[in-house]
Amino acid sequence: MKIPYYPGCTLNTVAKGFDVSARESARALGFEMEELGQWNCCGASFPLSPDNLMGLTAPAKVLASAARMGDAVTTLCSVCYNVLKRTNKALRDDGEKRSVVTGFIEEEYDGSTEVIHFLEVLRDRVGFDRVRESVKRPLGGIRAAAYYGCMLLRPAGEVGIDRHEGPTIMEDLLSVLGCEPVDFPNKIECCGAHLAMTRTDVVERLSGNVLESAVDRGAEVVVTSCPLCQYNLEKSQAKVAERRAGYRHVPVVYFTQLLGIALGQSDEMAGLAENRWDVRPLLEEKGV
Amino acid sequence: MARIGVFICQCGNNIESTVDTKSVSEEMEKVPGVVFSCNYKFMCSSPGQEMLKEAIKKHKLDGVVVSACSPHMHEKTFRKACESAGLNPYRCEIANIREQCSWVHHDKTKKTGTVKSNDLTRMTIERLKRNRPLKKINIPVNKRALVIGGGIAGIQAALDIAEGGREVILVEKEPSIGGNMARLSETFPTMDCSQCILTPKMVEAELHERIKIYTYSEVEGLDGYIGNFTVRIRKKAKYVDEELCTGCGECIEKCPFKASSEFELGLNKRKVIYTPFPQAVPNIPVIDAPNCTMIQKGKCGVCAKVCGPKAIDFEQTDEIVEEKVGAVVVATGYELMPNERFGEYGYGRIKDVINGLQFERLASSSGPTGGEIRRPSDGKVPESVVFIQCVGSRDEAKGVSYCSKICCMYTAKHTMLYKHKVHEGQAYVFYMDIRAGGKRYEEFTRRAIEDEGAVYLRGRVSRVYERGGKVVVQGADTLSASQVEIEADMVVLATAIVSRTGADTLAQRLGIGYDRYRFYNEYHPKLRPVETVNAGIYLAGACVGPMDIPESVSMGSAAASKVLALFSADEMAREPIVAGVDKTRCNACWDCLVACPYSAIEKEEVKNRQGETVRWNARVNEGVCQGCGVCVAACRSKVIDLAGYTDEQVYAAISAF
Repeated sequence: MKIPYYPGCTLNTVAKGFDVSARESARALGFEMEELGQWNCCGASFPLSPDNLMGLTAPAKVLASAARMGDAVTTLCSVCYNVLKRTNKALRDDGEKRSVVTGFIEEEYDGSTEVIHFLEVLRDRVGFDRVRESVKRPLGGIRAAAYYGCMLLRPAGEVGIDRHEGPTIMEDLLSVLGCEPVDFPNKIECCGAHLAMTRTDVVERLSGNVLESAVDRGAEVVVTSCPLCQYNLEKSQAKVAERRAGYRHVPVVYFTQLLGIALGQSDEMAGLAENRWDVRPLLEEKGV
Repeated sequence: MARIGVFICQCGNNIESTVDTKSVSEEMEKVPGVVFSCNYKFMCSSPGQEMLKEAIKKHKLDGVVVSACSPHMHEKTFRKACESAGLNPYRCEIANIREQCSWVHHDKTKKTGTVKSNDLTRMTIERLKRNRPLKKINIPVNKRALVIGGGIAGIQAALDIAEGGREVILVEKEPSIGGNMARLSETFPTMDCSQCILTPKMVEAELHERIKIYTYSEVEGLDGYIGNFTVRIRKKAKYVDEELCTGCGECIEKCPFKASSEFELGLNKRKVIYTPFPQAVPNIPVIDAPNCTMIQKGKCGVCAKVCGPKAIDFEQTDEIVEEKVGAVVVATGYELMPNERFGEYGYGRIKDVINGLQFERLASSSGPTGGEIRRPSDGKVPESVVFIQCVGSRDEAKGVSYCSKICCMYTAKHTMLYKHKVHEGQAYVFYMDIRAGGKRYEEFTRRAIEDEGAVYLRGRVSRVYERGGKVVVQGADTLSASQVEIEADMVVLATAIVSRTGADTLAQRLGIGYDRYRFYNEYHPKLRPVETVNAGIYLAGACVGPMDIPESVSMGSAAASKVLALFSADEMAREPIVAGVDKTRCNACWDCLVACPYSAIEKEEVKNRQGETVRWNARVNEGVCQGCGVCVAACRSKVIDLAGYTDEQVYAAISAF
């Protein structure tokens, strides 16, 4: 099985570990993620006003490129997923918008491509049972907190890879890998996102709340699907340690990194060294 | 030859402004069969009616056409007048030249209006010539009533009907009557103890010689028609013999097993053999069979051993009972939208997030905490409680679009109950609006805000979650334009009032209509709020829509008055505008039976003298038929016709056009 794959800018650069671990995992599970022949940045934010068609042109080009390769496109970065999925819906539902945008980018696109997140591929096209069977190194019951953030879930009608107020898809995957998923109330709260550039105090507060909430519930590692969330969470740990006595730093990893390790990947493949807080000591401690 | 009188009404200026009534009356004089024609300012007035009666007598009229307003307004009036003058009322017809003519014309020269009025009147005259002098249909009435639902509305209806001298059968599906009102601690705006005002009525119903109560029972089916219903009631097995049980309670004390209490809404457990609450009527326990080890596995049986009168019977089975009644009052009440629906408030999984009825149980002195407000999670007394209004109500996207009406009032009441019991406690209320429309309601909510120290925040709550043993509430205060985070000890959700689970099934068994929220439909929401379109079936209480106790009680009494009016005569007179089948030509295709929206057509078997079935034909039940005419349209062979609107009459009217 081959599925067209859109990496997005960050996965090509600072989050290379996310990209490599995903591709290798796919291979281990018997399918291939075929990178789009031609792609560009998705824009990283969906236009806030409905008549801002300019913002739709970049993701539309990505979708048009994907349509040339197959009937679906998968991605890993939550923000890319959010933008592509919402652009796709906007173009699919509104014929006028579609004709203006495709006319502008001078490419054909009829809105029929399906945008699915890698987690959905694992759940729906591969099946978590098959993943379970392919696990070579069960993760020793690590208490893993699945952090969804907002982009994977909201707006509920347009995006929503799972029940938007109580999703379980990532936890289901983590259980299959041998982790013990930790539920915590802030798992669907925003990390601060783009405010990392202008209002670091807000990011520290929001991401700090997420981390505190997860650690209070006993998490040993926080699992995410978004390079921006990963960055914000890692960066905020210092501030949380300042304000909370007894706060324990936790590694923040991408879900494909844990998936890769469980499927037998090497540390280099999973890109574990690039994370700020090393997860390897924890893995060793649990006998993985 | 017919002797028809034609009366054209001016209706003051209403008709006269665009119709020249004098000209119409003169034109009608020319129609064959018309022996008298006039126009008058107000036909419906006393002098108008007197004039009508005089004309009937003087000119020996055998038919009357009144061209005036809609038949809905005054057909009854004029038919009564004719009847009192000795003319069969069904030889009087109305031509609507007001709503259907004058009011839709603006031509002040009156040309167009007059021409149309001429046509309408002439058509009616032709139809009237073929009117037969019908007689009202009399059907016998069984003067027993069925009340479905033993809450406050049902109890009130039953008491009023019984006090009116008629027998009532009250069917309740829980082991005791009382409904949701029995769960409440105090009622607004008087702060009466709910059970204290309810239980006297419950006992009165139990002791009343004309009221027969079936508890732990449900209505399985209803057949028949107004005055003549047959109801099938399923008496669920209680495993306790009601005749022998004395209500001593030994069995309950000694039962070793418990299950979650439905009455306490999951806040407490009750024994497997139980009465739902101490004041239960009847005070007869029932065994929760799925959880009883004796019934399931044959082990235990302690209750039977300690029962003095030997009233426990593990062999009991459900029993179907048939009762014959003449009228039905549906008073099945409401439920609350389940907490599990609200993801942002914890999906029902946070123990200290409860709903309004659960808070009532905490506040109630016979509740799981003896009337002390305590957190369900650890039993501590909460120092701060957040109340959230409009949870699920007024929310098209995630809940229901309507307002649940009582939550603003009971939330204010809750803040006061909390304050009275926990003097140092602080209550917060998140609201969108305050709806306090009843008598002394506004003053009640004002008391909560101004005298009792509740903090009212106008804004919605986006999230509720647990942190460090507290419940964190994140909301907005729009009046100060700020975000609010409250670390509370407990949260009470005013969840939406919804129809009961199974409301649609019951409605289908009874044949009554319901809306998209499965609330039952009234005949007319303004003017006929306790009747349904099904003759003989009445409504009372919150099964119709969210309402408070005074309204439920009023509806119960109103329904009772309708029932007593129905029962006031031995026979019921019905309008004879019903369908009739030409049985010699009916070929039993049953299209009419299928088409009839009131299930008024039956299959009739025709036997010869030897008792063999010769053929079948359709028969119209004149007691149920509403005269809609759908069967006439459906019939392939044209053998069914509608009295007063026969095919012949309709063709004649069209030909006169």
